[in-house]
Amino acid sequence: MSVKLTEEMLSALPDARGHFGAFGGRFVSETLMDSLMTLEKEYARLKKDPEFQARFDKELADYVGRPTPLYFAERLSRETGGAQIWLKREDLCHTGAHKVNNTIGQALLASFLGKKRIIAETGAGQHGVATATVCARLGLECHVFMGAEDVQRQSLNVFRMKLLGATVHAVQGGTKTLKDAMNDAMRDWVAHVDDTFYIIGTVAGPHPYPLLVRDFQSVIGRETRRQALEKTGKLPDALVACVGGGSNAIGMFYPFLSDESVQLYGVEAGGLGIDTGKHAAPLCAGRPGVLHGNRTYLMEDENGQIAGTHSVSAGLDYPGVGPEHSWLKDIGRANYVSVTDDEAMEGFRKLTRVEGIMPALETAHAVAYAIKLAATMDKDQTVVINVSGRGDKDINTVAKLEGIEI
Amino acid sequence: MSRIEGVLKALKGQGRKALIPYITAGDPHPDVTVDLMHTLVEAGADIIELGVPFSDPMADGPVIQLACERALVHGTSLRQVIAMVKEFRKSDDATPVVLMGYLNPMEAMGYERFADAAKDAGVDGILTVDLPPEEADEVAPLFTQRNLDAIFLLSPTTTDDRIRAISEHSSGYVYYVSIKGVTGSATINVEEVAAKVNHIHELTALPVGVGFGIRDAETAAAVGRVSDGVIVGSVLVDTIARNQADTDQLKRALTDLLHPMREALDSLAS
Repeated sequence: MSVKLTEEMLSALPDARGHFGAFGGRFVSETLMDSLMTLEKEYARLKKDPEFQARFDKELADYVGRPTPLYFAERLSRETGGAQIWLKREDLCHTGAHKVNNTIGQALLASFLGKKRIIAETGAGQHGVATATVCARLGLECHVFMGAEDVQRQSLNVFRMKLLGATVHAVQGGTKTLKDAMNDAMRDWVAHVDDTFYIIGTVAGPHPYPLLVRDFQSVIGRETRRQALEKTGKLPDALVACVGGGSNAIGMFYPFLSDESVQLYGVEAGGLGIDTGKHAAPLCAGRPGVLHGNRTYLMEDENGQIAGTHSVSAGLDYPGVGPEHSWLKDIGRANYVSVTDDEAMEGFRKLTRVEGIMPALETAHAVAYAIKLAATMDKDQTVVINVSGRGDKDINTVAKLEGIEI
Repeated sequence: MSRIEGVLKALKGQGRKALIPYITAGDPHPDVTVDLMHTLVEAGADIIELGVPFSDPMADGPVIQLACERALVHGTSLRQVIAMVKEFRKSDDATPVVLMGYLNPMEAMGYERFADAAKDAGVDGILTVDLPPEEADEVAPLFTQRNLDAIFLLSPTTTDDRIRAISEHSSGYVYYVSIKGVTGSATINVEEVAAKVNHIHELTALPVGVGFGIRDAETAAAVGRVSDGVIVGSVLVDTIARNQADTDQLKRALTDLLHPMREALDSLAS
C-alpha cells in the first residue's frame, strides 16, 4: 500500500498544528503552550535566515566534523554474500554519535532566542553528552535528566557529562529509564519556562520538536544521497537505521522519501523477542496513543497506561516513537522491523571483527537487520546502514553480557 | 444547567467561594475512594476533582506522581474510576464530580465510550491536563453533546488571545494554574495571582477556579478573595500518603485539613 510522496506533499508536513496525518500535534499542559508557539514562530523565521543557516553549516563542518564518510564495507559485504553494504559513518561525528547534529542546531536556536539555561533528557547518554558538549562550546548552563537505571548502565557517559560541566539529575520515578527522564525534563521546563530551552534529543515531543529535530538531522540523508550518487552512480536500494525515538532514522530517510525506488527500514528493539512482551518496539507491536506531547505509536496496556520496555540498548529503551515514523508506517512508505538483543549483539561482534568498527548497541540493531536483508539482495544492489554511534560507551554492558570483569 | 454551573451559581448568590478538593482515585486503595469522596463533601467540598491515575503524569510533582503509582499498583483503571463515581452518586446526587487526568487512558478506552460511561455514571466535567483546546476538536464535542463540562487550564503564560479562545471552549469553570511549575511544587505569590485572576475575569464571564500552591486556610482565603473557587490537591494527597494505613485516621486528617479552609472561605462572605 505504498504511496508516492511528492516534494509538494512533503513540504506540507507537518501541517500548521504539527500533525503528520493522524500523528504528532501538541498535547501539553497550558503553561508550555506559549513557549512552544514562540519556538515554532522563531524557528520558522530562522529556518529562512541565511545568517542562522550559515552558522549552523559552519558548526557542522568545523565542530562536528561533517561531512561524515560513506564507507564501503567490503569484507562485510563479501562475507554476507548479497548486496553491497555501505556505512554512513555518523559514529565519526564529534562526541561519537549523530546526536550532536541536532544539539548544535537547537543550542544555536537557544542562543538566538536569548535562553541561557539548557535542559535535556537522555537514555544512553549520547544526547546528554552531545548537549553538554555544545553547552560547553556556547557557554550555556546545562542540566541533563537521566533515568536512575540508565545512570547505572551508562556510567561512562555520566562521567563525560560531568566533565563537560553539566549537572546530571538521576530520575528515580517510574521505570527509571528514558521516558521518566523525559517526564522530569518536562516538569523542569514548566517550572523554568522563562529562561530555559529544552533540547529534545529525539523526533518525538510536542510540535515543533519533531520538525526541528528532523530538519537538523536531515543532513545525514542529504550527504548520503550525494555521496551515494558520487560513489556508486545511483541511489541506494535500501536504507537501514535503528529506531528508538527515531532521530537518526528520520535524518537518514527524510531526503529520500520521494525517491520511490529506495526502500526504508527502521529497526526497533525486539528485546527478548516480540512474543515475550519484553521489548521496545511500538511500531511493530504497539498502537496509537498520546505521550510526551504527541500522538504516536506507543507501548501501553489495555487501560492506556504506558508499558515498561526492555532493550539491551538504553537508547532504544523508549515506549514511544517520533510521530513522523508512525505516519510513514501507516502510509506504507517505510518498513518497521525488529531484531532481538541477541541478534543485535551478533551484529555488534560482526561489524567490530570484520570491519574494525565498533558500533553502539543501538546501531548494532540496524547492522544485524541489514546483514539479513543484504543476504536476500543481488550483488549489484546497495544497502546503506546508518552507523548512528560508536560502541565505546557500551563496553561495560558488552563485558557484563560476556561475563568479563573490566 | 449543568450540576457544576448550578452549584457555582448558588454559591455566588450567597457570596460564597467554592472549595474544590482533588484526590487521586484508587489512592491509597480503590476500595476507599468513594468513602473518601463522601468525607470530602462532609468536610465542606462543593465540587470534587477526582484524579484518574496515569503512569506518566508529566504535569504533576512527586506527591501526585506517587499517588498515581499507589493507585496503579491496585490496577485502578479509568473504567473503575467511572464505576466509583457511579457508586458515589447512589448517596450523593448533588456534589459535582470532575474527572481530572491525562488523555491517553481516555483514548485507550475510546472517546465515545468514555463520554457515554462518564455521563451514565454521573460525572459532570472533564479536565484533561495534556489536551489544549487546539487538539480537542474531536473530543470536546462528545462531552458537550452529553452536557459534560469541558474544563480547560489557564496559566501565568497564557496570552489574552488564548484566554478568550480557551474560555470559549470551556464550560462550568476555567482552572487557573497559579504557578509556573508542577503540582505541589512552589509557594504562590498571592498578589500576582490576584492580578492575573482579575484580568481573566475581565476576559471571560466563566467562574475562575484557582489551583496549585493552596495548602492551608490562609492561602485558601487569600486566593478565595479574588477567585470563584479554590482547588486543593497536593496537600490532601500528601495527607493520604501519610495516613494510608488507617482509613479512619485518614478521614479525620482530611477533615481537619479541609474544615479550616471552608471556614476561612466562608468568612469572606459578606
